[in-house]
Amino acid sequence: MSQTDDARVDEFYERLKEQVEEAGYHLNSDVEFTKALLESILVNEDRYGYGACPCRLASGIKEEDLDIICPCYYRDPDLEEYDACYCGLYVSGDILSGEKQLTAIPERRPAPDERIVRSEDETGTLGLESISNLPLPVWRCGVCGYLCAREGPPEICPICKVGKERFERFI
Amino acid sequence: MPMEHVDGEDKGKIVLFALSTCQWCRKTRLLLEELKVDFSYIYVDLLEGEERSEIIEEVKKYNPQLSFPTLVLDDGDVIVGFNEEGIREALA
Repeated sequence: MSQTDDARVDEFYERLKEQVEEAGYHLNSDVEFTKALLESILVNEDRYGYGACPCRLASGIKEEDLDIICPCYYRDPDLEEYDACYCGLYVSGDILSGEKQLTAIPERRPAPDERIVRSEDETGTLGLESISNLPLPVWRCGVCGYLCAREGPPEICPICKVGKERFERFI
Repeated sequence: MPMEHVDGEDKGKIVLFALSTCQWCRKTRLLLEELKVDFSYIYVDLLEGEERSEIIEEVKKYNPQLSFPTLVLDDGDVIVGFNEEGIREALA
């Protein structure tokens, strides 16, 4: 890796660490491991145009990979169940404090044949007729679960900072 | 098939399907090197076109979830993920 790349990874690491700590998450404290993952996310950003999960095979089609753009939709359930995300980039407080050990965890993402790709006009299909007369739709951030009632999703999630394409209509 | 080959002790045909960007895949490759077994590996994320589709279909046969690393041993056993204990045991 060149000096420039090193600097790019360092800058990404510092920025992300501050941002996730602020939101109550923790990056893996094994800095070498973590920076290797971040470097791979940057590789994927250059390769696909979006920072796909380094531990999953990206399709190159953003709409099909919205669930695995880091941070992925599986991070929070994996932190909850296994104390780490699939890559080991994000860890729980217990792993950070050394109370638990980081291990590889099973893949939660559905198999290719079982994946549901949502198209943009296919939102709000929850069939909640009884509350369909709410004055505004409710949008859910796929990464952190943040909900907001407004005409459209926010440009950037105010909680976890992901872009509006990661929101789905919830109600 | 553009497989990379690593020379070592013959424990039958061992193939590692991996991603070049994945740290658990890297750990798996390093473990196989540490165990000094003869194996081949391929980075599926670096493939393109027909070659990529063919390898993806092959991985799905062993591991329908198409996750990585997928390690295929000579006896047909498949070890999915960086399962250090499982790999050491299988290749002991």
